[in-house]
Amino acid sequence: MLELKNVMVNYGVIPALKSISFKVEEGEIVTLIGANGAGKSTILKAICGLIKLKGGAITYQGDTISGMGAHLIIRRGISQVPEGRGIFANLTVEENLGLGAYVRKDKAEINRNLKVVYDRFPRLFERRKQVGGTLSGGEQQMLAIGRALMAAPKLLLLDEPSMGLAPLVVKEIFKIIKEINQTGTTILLVEQNARMALSVANRGYVMETGQIISHGTARELRDNEDVKKAYLGH
Amino acid sequence: MDVFFQQLVNGLTVGSLYALIALGYTMVYGILKIINFAHGDILMIGTFIGLVLVMNFHLAFVPALLLAMFITALMGILVERLAYRPVRAADKLIALLSALGVSIFLVNFAQLVWGTETHPFPVNISGEPIILGEVHIGTLQIWALGVSLLLMVGLHFFVNHTKMGVAMRATSFNVDYARLMGINVDNIISITFAIGSALAAAAGILIGVYYDAVYPVMGYSAGLKAFTAAVLGGIGSIPGAMLGGLLLGVLENEGAAYLSSGYKDAIAFALLIIILLIKPTGLMGRREQQKV
Ligand SMILES: Nc1ncnc2c1ncn2[C@@H]1O[C@H](COP(=O)(O)OP(=O)(O)OP(=O)(O)O)[C@@H](O)[C@H]1O
Ligand SMILES: [Mg+2]
Repeated sequence: MLELKNVMVNYGVIPALKSISFKVEEGEIVTLIGANGAGKSTILKAICGLIKLKGGAITYQGDTISGMGAHLIIRRGISQVPEGRGIFANLTVEENLGLGAYVRKDKAEINRNLKVVYDRFPRLFERRKQVGGTLSGGEQQMLAIGRALMAAPKLLLLDEPSMGLAPLVVKEIFKIIKEINQTGTTILLVEQNARMALSVANRGYVMETGQIISHGTARELRDNEDVKKAYLGH
Repeated sequence: MDVFFQQLVNGLTVGSLYALIALGYTMVYGILKIINFAHGDILMIGTFIGLVLVMNFHLAFVPALLLAMFITALMGILVERLAYRPVRAADKLIALLSALGVSIFLVNFAQLVWGTETHPFPVNISGEPIILGEVHIGTLQIWALGVSLLLMVGLHFFVNHTKMGVAMRATSFNVDYARLMGINVDNIISITFAIGSALAAAAGILIGVYYDAVYPVMGYSAGLKAFTAAVLGGIGSIPGAMLGGLLLGVLENEGAAYLSSGYKDAIAFALLIIILLIKPTGLMGRREQQKV
């Protein structure tokens, strides 16, 4: 469904991604793990067209999307919950959710979708007139995920959805990620919390300083000695 | 007390015009984080367009106003395309130089076409002045206040209750987040310039008619005052620009009446300095959000 081929990205003259190649197949949950500064967020930005590639190509459903404007890429059914959640703090919960469906036209479908999101996150319904900036961290994460769902994406990119959340909330978020996947959405999950990520993912890639250093099924990575040492803490 | 109320009316009239112009500064700043220093000159061109439509094409005031707003909106889009878009990724200082270039070009263009002299702006405006005791609200004041309030209400509705308006506020919060929603940020920027320029044209024409004077450098003083109003209200904030404009107009006029009319401009800038000392982000500004 999504394929990166020798993708290179520089920030100024400093390379952030050095020839990244990987694939995400339809229906999968694929996780991207790696230390701080490895380039995980940069990959998600590159996929969505927020930064230009220095080399390589990104294809989605058979079409090359690298080089296209971000709004055109999003229109094809890719949605991202960015690092830091990307909530519009100056807009209400309702307006934030509405923007999630910005590229969609079918009003009735959108309203049905909104109801599904409110059913899943009743807290958001209670706070629908409140501006995003006043929500707690966990509520903002729910809003970010709910908003991404409003796009009814085929491919959902999540950048560290567990960041800064209490363990119970993290559990809840991962449960939701699984459910979203079961309704037919393909997921690319960036995580620091490798244990959690590998517990929901089908496959994973491990990154270090702009490169992919190993990959395999979630089970293989869980048993991999290097991964254990570096990311699972034993 | 009569002096007070008379100056209040005068102040609100000029203030509402400052507000219209300030909106252009604040909306562009909100999204691009640059000060469009050519904004006052776009206003001037818009005013001349209005004048030409009235004098040479014999349009009535309202159609001339609307058509001039439309043409100036297109000009605003063009200015952004030619002068700001190519340097958007560069340092903000480059955009500033580009703005000064546009400013010089527009003023010279106007001087070439219409000369350096001051043109009167005679229009047939209907309506009776309102007289409340000693307070006199002239026909032109009623028009200036009415038109600017109408435009501000319209803008308020657009920004808060339309899909595009919400997209505009989202873009001004964070361009990348807006892109992730599928918003075509380039279009939003064009629309922002179009609206800002159209409002400036309306304000310029009302100013031209009110003072019966149109001239190539009229954008400087109007622009400077409106910029002050935008900063006063909190640059980037739309309600802030409206509040800042009205407040500046009223205080300036009251100050001129009670202190000395010579202090009129000094009052504006003293006020600005005081407010910025107490609240650096302006009355309704928000702190720049931190990058995550
Ligand atoms: N806008 C930028 N300008 C310059 N360098 C950047 C920029 N954004 C990221 N970098 C650099 O690129 C590298 C990769 O950053 P990236 O944000 O992709 O890492 P990450 O894997 O997401 O890290 P984390 O787990 O901390 O979020 C880092 O060295 C970072 O300092
Ligand atoms: Mg990151």
